[in-house]
Amino acid sequence: MKKHVLSVLVENHSGVLSRISGLFSRRGYNIDSLSVGETEDPTVSRMTIVADADESTLEQIKKQLNKLVDVIKIIELKEDTAIYRELALVKITADKKTRAEIIEIANIFRAHIVDVSKDSLVIEATGDQGKITALTSMLEPYGVKEIIRTGLTALQRGEKELKN
Amino acid sequence: MKLSDVLVRCLCEEKVDTVFGYPGAAVLAVYESLRTSSLHHVLVRQEQAAVHSASGYARTTGKVGVCIATSGPGATNLITGIATAYMDSIPIVIITGQVKLSLIGRDVFQEVDITGATEPFIKHSYLVKNAQDFPKILKEAFYIATTGRPGPVLIDLPMDIQEEQIDYIYPKEVKIRGYKPTIEGHVGQIKKIVKLLEHSKRPLVCVGGGVVLGNAADELKEFIYKSDIPVVHTLMGTGALPTFSEYNCGMIGLHGYVHSNWALKHADTILFIGARIADRAVANLGIFDENANIIHIDIDPAEIGKITSATIPVVGDAKSILKGLTSLIRKVDTLNWREEIESKKKIKEEVHPKDAVNPKLVVRKLSEMLNDQAIVAADVGQNQFWTMRNMEIKGSRKLICSGGFGTMGYSLPAAIGASIGNKDKQVVSILGDGSFQMSLFELGTLVQEGINPLIILFNNSGLGMVREIQRRNGDLKEHGVALSKNPDFTAIARAYGITAKTISDEKEIEAALDEALTSHKPYFLEFIVSDKESTL
Repeated sequence: MKKHVLSVLVENHSGVLSRISGLFSRRGYNIDSLSVGETEDPTVSRMTIVADADESTLEQIKKQLNKLVDVIKIIELKEDTAIYRELALVKITADKKTRAEIIEIANIFRAHIVDVSKDSLVIEATGDQGKITALTSMLEPYGVKEIIRTGLTALQRGEKELKN
Repeated sequence: MKLSDVLVRCLCEEKVDTVFGYPGAAVLAVYESLRTSSLHHVLVRQEQAAVHSASGYARTTGKVGVCIATSGPGATNLITGIATAYMDSIPIVIITGQVKLSLIGRDVFQEVDITGATEPFIKHSYLVKNAQDFPKILKEAFYIATTGRPGPVLIDLPMDIQEEQIDYIYPKEVKIRGYKPTIEGHVGQIKKIVKLLEHSKRPLVCVGGGVVLGNAADELKEFIYKSDIPVVHTLMGTGALPTFSEYNCGMIGLHGYVHSNWALKHADTILFIGARIADRAVANLGIFDENANIIHIDIDPAEIGKITSATIPVVGDAKSILKGLTSLIRKVDTLNWREEIESKKKIKEEVHPKDAVNPKLVVRKLSEMLNDQAIVAADVGQNQFWTMRNMEIKGSRKLICSGGFGTMGYSLPAAIGASIGNKDKQVVSILGDGSFQMSLFELGTLVQEGINPLIILFNNSGLGMVREIQRRNGDLKEHGVALSKNPDFTAIARAYGITAKTISDEKEIEAALDEALTSHKPYFLEFIVSDKESTL
């Protein structure tokens, strides 16, 4: 099964998220991540859903989503024509001895140190999922305390727009 | 104007004249507005019956069924009815009361999240948070319930919102950016279908409930007469074509006919119209030839490709697409193919236990005696197939049952709804002793409404269909299916003031039916059936 990134415009009111997540769970579709936020039009939210599905299941996912009255539009964003991004915050053990090394690794990944304390650092990183995974695996030996990832968000490249 | 008054006025605008409901603390304002309106309120005995009655009403009048219930248990009692209507795509608008907006989420008395609870099996739902939005929401609810693939829509209305003062402006039009059902079929696809059918040697049309709901029986007939293509139908497609049409090759599926299923298996091109290709109808995908061309027409795009992939998919309304097909199709030579299907008809001699009434014979007799406009509601279980297989479709007769969800207790409230919507028609409710006891309290509604349906109870002292499966399956033993201490059902009917009679001799069938049908009052006939009577 392949991962597919769906960008979905939905009505921006309460209950929509539960309708969509409910649809995935009751029809047995695998969802990797879902992120949502308001768009340039405050009555519309945009969701990025990463689903694990074969072609025919993907077709059904799109059709079932479209059946929801609150869903306005769906497009699939392919890797070569879209920008995929994810944000991660990583809290890592860092003392006097290791702090410099960790900062160096963060710099290589163009990540930022957003918090520092005696024994820890918080690193903020953005990038596609591969980059985030590479960063976290580099940081692992130092002692990762917590990781939070936003899930993928994506936008088409070029002039094309997803409008309702 | 008070919102609850606006509600009633908007219902009148939607040409609603009847609502099925049950009052409670959270809909008092609505009931006060109903009291002073021209709307007829049918007081059911339990909320589930309100939805079933609204379903029977909608299916036999072509109008939207409307139900009202209070918050909490009133709302949750609706649930089975809503799921039943959803599975069979019946247009129903449901209004539920809700606790005050400011109290939602605090687990106050009779609070339940009904929009959340019904979400998996409802076409759409609203929780009204802003009173001014209400007229637009109601307009949308009716529009969504009736257009595209019909279905139930629920509006949850907090008590304090019901009392708010709003302007009465009922919108004329509906515009929902996320909801635009496709009606017209794609012309290119229609041409492709015609070409494929004309080049097929063994073409077959399989019609489902979509043709009945889409009011496309006439268009189907024209298409069939012009093309000469034989037809099979699903349970929900019953009624799309007269039983004795030379083109009707019967019902497919688990409880269908051998020759109908044979036709489906041997067709080289199958045109599914408004059929979900559901498990009970097609049993498993091996039932048709894997090389067969599948043409799938449905108003719901999600039905196409859900079960099997289609050679030619077309999204749209059955009526409009059939018209398009008829205008282009030429006669296909199907004489041999039709004769072949006919030759597979097995005239099985009915073996039926002695000393008990044959329920199939009762249905056939009833079928002979009913007029062409009669409405028959079957329940779920053996009685359903005794009815669906033996009641002849002719004229404008309507047969209804709970197909997709298989909800026991459907028939009586559905027949009540049908009677209320069709005062001048013969209406019959056919039930088993199991299903009757799931809704028997609705006899109260029936009597209070002063309607005259005929109730036919096949009493085989148990849950016949499950019992039959347990007996026939070597791995199972009969358990939990006996209704051995059944009451005297006719005494119950009489207690409600309904004339009732028990028949245990086949010779009495005709006279009993005749008396019931000419009595012009509600009538209850109980037929004593053997527990060994089989479904088919």
